[in-house]
Amino acid sequence: MSSITEPIEPLSVEQLSETTLLRFATAGSVDDGKSTLVGRLLHDSKSILTDQLEAVQRASASRGQDAPDLALLTDGLRAEREQGITIDVAYRYFATPRRRFILADTPGHVQYTRNMVTGASTAELTVILVDARNGVVEQTRRHAAIAALLRVPHVVLAVNKMDLVDYREPVFAAIAEEFTAYATELGVPDVTAIPISALAGDNVVEPSATMDWYGGPTFLEHLETVPVAHDLSHCHARLPVQYVIRPQTAEHPDYRGYAGQIAAGSFRVGESVTVLPSGRATKIAGIDLLGRPVDIAWTTQSVTVLLEDDIDISRGDLIVPSKDAPPTTQDIEATVCHVADAPLTVGHRVLLKHGTRTVKAIVKDIPSRLTLDDLSLHPHPGQLVANDIGRVKIRAAEPLPVDSYADSRRTGSFILIDPNDGTTLTAGMVGESFASPEPVRDETEDDGWDF
Amino acid sequence: MTTTVAKAIEGDEGTDSPYALSHLDALESEAVHIFREVAGEFERPVILFSGGKDSIVMLHLALKAFAPAAVPFSLLHVDTGHNFPEVLEYRDRTVAKHGLRLHVASVQEYIDRGVLKERPDGTRNPLQTLPLTEKIQAEKFDAVFGGGRRDEEKARAKERVFSLRDEFSQWDPRRQRPELWNLYNGRHAPGEHVRVFPLSNWTELDVWQYIAREGIELPEIYFAHEREVFQRAGMWLTAGEWGGPKDGERTEKRQVRYRTVGDMSCTGAVDSDATTLEAVITEIAASRLTERGATRADDKMSEAAMEDRKREGYF
Repeated sequence: MSSITEPIEPLSVEQLSETTLLRFATAGSVDDGKSTLVGRLLHDSKSILTDQLEAVQRASASRGQDAPDLALLTDGLRAEREQGITIDVAYRYFATPRRRFILADTPGHVQYTRNMVTGASTAELTVILVDARNGVVEQTRRHAAIAALLRVPHVVLAVNKMDLVDYREPVFAAIAEEFTAYATELGVPDVTAIPISALAGDNVVEPSATMDWYGGPTFLEHLETVPVAHDLSHCHARLPVQYVIRPQTAEHPDYRGYAGQIAAGSFRVGESVTVLPSGRATKIAGIDLLGRPVDIAWTTQSVTVLLEDDIDISRGDLIVPSKDAPPTTQDIEATVCHVADAPLTVGHRVLLKHGTRTVKAIVKDIPSRLTLDDLSLHPHPGQLVANDIGRVKIRAAEPLPVDSYADSRRTGSFILIDPNDGTTLTAGMVGESFASPEPVRDETEDDGWDF
Repeated sequence: MTTTVAKAIEGDEGTDSPYALSHLDALESEAVHIFREVAGEFERPVILFSGGKDSIVMLHLALKAFAPAAVPFSLLHVDTGHNFPEVLEYRDRTVAKHGLRLHVASVQEYIDRGVLKERPDGTRNPLQTLPLTEKIQAEKFDAVFGGGRRDEEKARAKERVFSLRDEFSQWDPRRQRPELWNLYNGRHAPGEHVRVFPLSNWTELDVWQYIAREGIELPEIYFAHEREVFQRAGMWLTAGEWGGPKDGERTEKRQVRYRTVGDMSCTGAVDSDATTLEAVITEIAASRLTERGATRADDKMSEAAMEDRKREGYF
């Protein structure tokens, strides 16, 4: 990396005030240049400060290394530095005048599937790096499949090490075309391919002087401009009740507010709503946005809702528009990623956390395990071990209002927990695994008739 | 109708959807969600409150999360015995103003009883761990909110929002639970507890911008003022009965402010003219030093100083 201590222009207070936040994740492979890319982003956005760099220089020198080892900036744990490996997801922060970024920096070594799933679950964008010399490899397809499974709205294919292929356009074009076709087939809605050299700095922050054939944005420009929220008109509104606020004071003798973070869509005062699972209907009498009354509130705002009727509602309930309520069911079929070391087996008794509700559940069946390399299904694997992705049928002890993960990442997701020791076992996504250009047909029901 | 609502209804030609929250609104909403999850799932939560800016922001968020009801948590201060008087005054005033309950774990008391021994370098930061963890056990706190942020330090970058601690309050970075979506897992066995970090995703600058936006009052030591300081290990320390200056160290009057609030023996002041929030924000945005690098001596003890203390149960 060049120009490591060169200062950059500080941001003004106005520039800092009304920026938006983008959460994104890297899909790490070994030797694809991920640390260099992360290092360059952090450095060029002034996120590596002098004392941190000095600490790295001291540590590198004490090991007899000539140049500062930038991996020491991100490998935060003793064991990571000793072994030169990255153990776990780390979160990093940087900012530009246009936007703030939270980067889920996922390691590319063993256990990558659960790490990438963890990083991608909160990400609105995933960066998949490929080495321009190698093109789309098995690992690239695996990363694309996980991004598609997690329904990360935006995928960036960063074709790195363009300097090692003489910055040739056909090399980039072929890789971009092959990847985009594959990702589109998986249902990834938005793919952007960018030719970069993380080492030389081409198209990372500064446009490349050597790739004038490329007319698109630099990597950072794309991160700064990609939309971070979606059109709410197509979203089912959902509010999981977290906590009931009842001051019971002289000033507020009858205040009864239902607090929660809006998981999807928007709610308006006066709207008819239904409380699940009881199915009782009422109207929204008021919405408090952290102490301030508002007429409308939307996704990811933490609010307190007041209802016209005094009905029995507690933590774990879900408030939805009466005209758009999800079905409640005790039988859930989902794609899961197993994140624990102990296997998940048929008959396993677990706790299922969905929204703000935790219920007992039992694993009824594991119909298939997915091979990410070629997306083939291995029928009835009997169990899922760490990092396995598979289809699972679960019976919950109580009816749950679940959405399809395709419709709502928040109310279509759940985790399974070991009731004995509290371990988080499994990440679950309700409904079909991948978005498909054509409706997915169940072959067992195909009787040959064409309606 | 607020301006954000009007903007949402009219639509916006900008790069972001009108429903995109500003970064401060997004961080605030996430932190409030975390406070409410803990209130919903735990029996005896407590907020670590030092009178420093991060814990002040935590308390502010908790007040908003449960308004118009009271905050359903008590506060816990680990008192090193070397606190800035202005900060203790702020602490007591805040507790009284909001009608909160304050628990104090006192390092001085442990030293007086002979349980802890003063270190030769005079710093009491590492001595806080035992009083903290014993207080957690004695009061049976099952969730302990800390103001730690992942941007502070590379070991903290690996920390979960819900971080399980065993019955010895120890952190094992290899046995952390993956955190998926916003589905936090607070399960724990009796004797264990969960450290909760609602400000995990905030940076130092976010904290300051939020303080400015919300008009939150801070202890005066955060703003530039004249102070008697002396230099030790490259930092300006406040002279006082805690043990400085020693022979060969000279005090002088300087215009300084503090970026962090901690034990006086290891929290350094920075030269500054920033007397307003706006000036502080401008100064931090331009600074080439991290908050801890500029003002904390204890983190410089070894490459893994923070990780080692965290493993033992430090906050």
